[in-house]
Amino acid sequence: MTGSGILHGLAETAKNFVGSFTHPAERLVTIEYPEQRQTLPENSRQFPFLVFDGSDPEAGLRCVACQICEKECPPQCIYIIKSKAKKPDFVGKSQFFPAVFDIDLSVCMSCQICVEVCPFDAIKMDQEFELATDDRFDGLLFRKDRLAKPNSHFQKLHPTDATETDTRRAADLEKARAAAAKAAAAAKPATTPVTSPEASNPQPPPPTPQPPM
Amino acid sequence: MNAVFALLAGLTLGAALAAVTLRNLVHAALCLALALAGLGLIYIHLEAEFVGLAQILVYVGAVAILIVFAVLLVRGAELPEGRVSRAPWWGAGFTALFAATLLWAVVRSPVIRQATRPAPTVTVRAIGDQLMRDYVVPLQAIGMLLTAATLGAALIALPRRDPNSSAHQPTPP
Amino acid sequence: MPSLDQLPLYLKDQIVALFPTPLQPWVGALIAIGTLCALFPALFAFTTVLERKTLARIQNRLGPNRVGPAGFLQFAADGIKSLTKEDIVPRNADRVVHFLAPFVVVVPPLLALAVLPIGRNLVALDLKETGLLYFFAVGASVEVGVFMAGWSGGNKYSLLGAMRALAQLISYELPLILSALTVVMLTGSLSLVSMVEKQSSVNFGGLYSWNVFTPWGALGFLLFLTAAAAEANRSPFDLPEAESEIIAGYFTEYSGFKFALFFLGEYLGLFAVCGLGITLFLGGWLPPFTWLNWVPSWLWFFGKLMCLIFFFVWLRGTLPRLRMDQLMQFAWQFLFPLTLINAFVAGVWHFTASWNFALRWALGAGLLALAYTLLSRPFTQAFPRRTYRFAP
Repeated sequence: MTGSGILHGLAETAKNFVGSFTHPAERLVTIEYPEQRQTLPENSRQFPFLVFDGSDPEAGLRCVACQICEKECPPQCIYIIKSKAKKPDFVGKSQFFPAVFDIDLSVCMSCQICVEVCPFDAIKMDQEFELATDDRFDGLLFRKDRLAKPNSHFQKLHPTDATETDTRRAADLEKARAAAAKAAAAAKPATTPVTSPEASNPQPPPPTPQPPM
Repeated sequence: MNAVFALLAGLTLGAALAAVTLRNLVHAALCLALALAGLGLIYIHLEAEFVGLAQILVYVGAVAILIVFAVLLVRGAELPEGRVSRAPWWGAGFTALFAATLLWAVVRSPVIRQATRPAPTVTVRAIGDQLMRDYVVPLQAIGMLLTAATLGAALIALPRRDPNSSAHQPTPP
Repeated sequence: MPSLDQLPLYLKDQIVALFPTPLQPWVGALIAIGTLCALFPALFAFTTVLERKTLARIQNRLGPNRVGPAGFLQFAADGIKSLTKEDIVPRNADRVVHFLAPFVVVVPPLLALAVLPIGRNLVALDLKETGLLYFFAVGASVEVGVFMAGWSGGNKYSLLGAMRALAQLISYELPLILSALTVVMLTGSLSLVSMVEKQSSVNFGGLYSWNVFTPWGALGFLLFLTAAAAEANRSPFDLPEAESEIIAGYFTEYSGFKFALFFLGEYLGLFAVCGLGITLFLGGWLPPFTWLNWVPSWLWFFGKLMCLIFFFVWLRGTLPRLRMDQLMQFAWQFLFPLTLINAFVAGVWHFTASWNFALRWALGAGLLALAYTLLSRPFTQAFPRRTYRFAP
């Protein structure tokens, strides 16, 4: 019958209207920002951040200033100045660290290439996007102090990746400790003149205190 | 001659004058609509409500729109340049003569000297009765005239059917 | 102590009595005008928010809910916004006509609202001979305003929009007037007050005889609503003013407060024509049953008005827009013949007044159903049910 389509349509919209009051979870899709936030998927990304282990952002910073991310970054938004001194990393090896690590957010295009090429799991993608500022030069240039965030933040944002990274790093630490123990055990009989302890002693030098950079 | 009548008459005459003297054709058409509305208001003031409202409904609602459509379709919003007529003074002379004759006839007529009788109260029902009984033939004749005009307009507006082409007319909806 | 029903009239009489006798008619008229000019724009403000929220809920989202309690002061924010916007008049525009057009669109609906009976004894202008004719006469004056708005912008697209709007207005005026005419036929008077009073006879022990409870009244009401939606440029007939169509149609060149005036004029026109539909078909200020008489009559009128407005908003959220040629064909090839046949069936109803009620109803409904089916056949046959080659 003519006009039955209109009646079906009216019934459908009436269902929507009434359903928005009685079953809002299925019928209302609005997320009222800023009181409610959308839950972002685990892989969503905005801008990079630097990971540090422990509680000290200077001592625990994983970045060794290898500058691979600076060279690989397509819009060249990363600026690194290597330090002169070294500090030990999580396995105890002495590494450089970045004296200056700046990312210009107005240039960064969130391509994640820096994360993909970093061999030290030092730079990861953050999910914060509410970074609007009225100063488009200094306000959007993030320095090392603003970029460094603890490993707990990384675990909260990307649990899968963080778990994988943490297990790998723990395994590396175990291997390094086992190698150090073996080297210490091998260096125990100091009287045998066949092997000179210094030559076969892979024991790392004791950590020298570094002046704060 | 009370104030309301003076106001309405002034409005109507002013709008009519503007309708014939304005250079912009659309402005003139709109002033004509205003003059017709003023006439309707005068009818209402004379307590002939039915005629006044019918005047507004038909003239302002339909005829004025028709005139405006015609002006726009012919793209005549601007007047042609130069003189419109070749002998304006002769025209003015004849118009003055004609107006003087009419005025003399009106002033000399006995109707003005009669005392004004009270207006008869005419109900809409009486108008309808008269239309359907005494004046039914003119009513039907006007109806047939309007039907003929509508059919003629629809015929003129139909797309030309080319007998040589094989494409047929678009079907309704 | 007056009843709640007659309270507005009582208040008006009290205020008028405070003035000296020669001034009293003027004061009475001013009070009536002031009430209308305050009441219906306030209703307009409420309706804009209600419409936005209702449309939003139909479309699975929330409407405005920030300004005021649950967003109901949104109209204030909109009003302030439109007042503070820059009033741009294009260089090629005709300044005088551009300035006058909003007034020619806003004033006639306000005039038309004056003649609607809002409650028992509550009508601003009681025209005993020509109430309905007055309504249609001022309604036709809006068309001149629409043309002025479209032409004065100096923009050929807004002129085109104005032409389309005028064609739509003129085409749908015929079904509107003809379906109103059936009520005039059976009431025997053009006065809107007497139309409501004619519907106040009671049958079946308690049911008021609204015109919509008759076969010609039911179909006439639907035809009237359809034509009213087209006259008020409401979806699905809002081609002249659709944003995705011809920018904004005939009010493209208006900004700021003049645009708000057009908006106001459009909604006031909607209220006026809904009010007329209520008066003609839904029994005006009468309740449906006699035992509901304790609710004030003006509350019934406004309740029915809100129901009709809700229905129009619902229709807007449901139907897509009609194309210009579809619109015109619908008016001339379907609505217009159907209104003529409806007038004939109303005559049949009148002359079978002595018959059994059910038989009368069956006869009227049968004739109308036949007419409806036959008239809608060209429309349905042009679009048969779609069949797919691969889908079931």
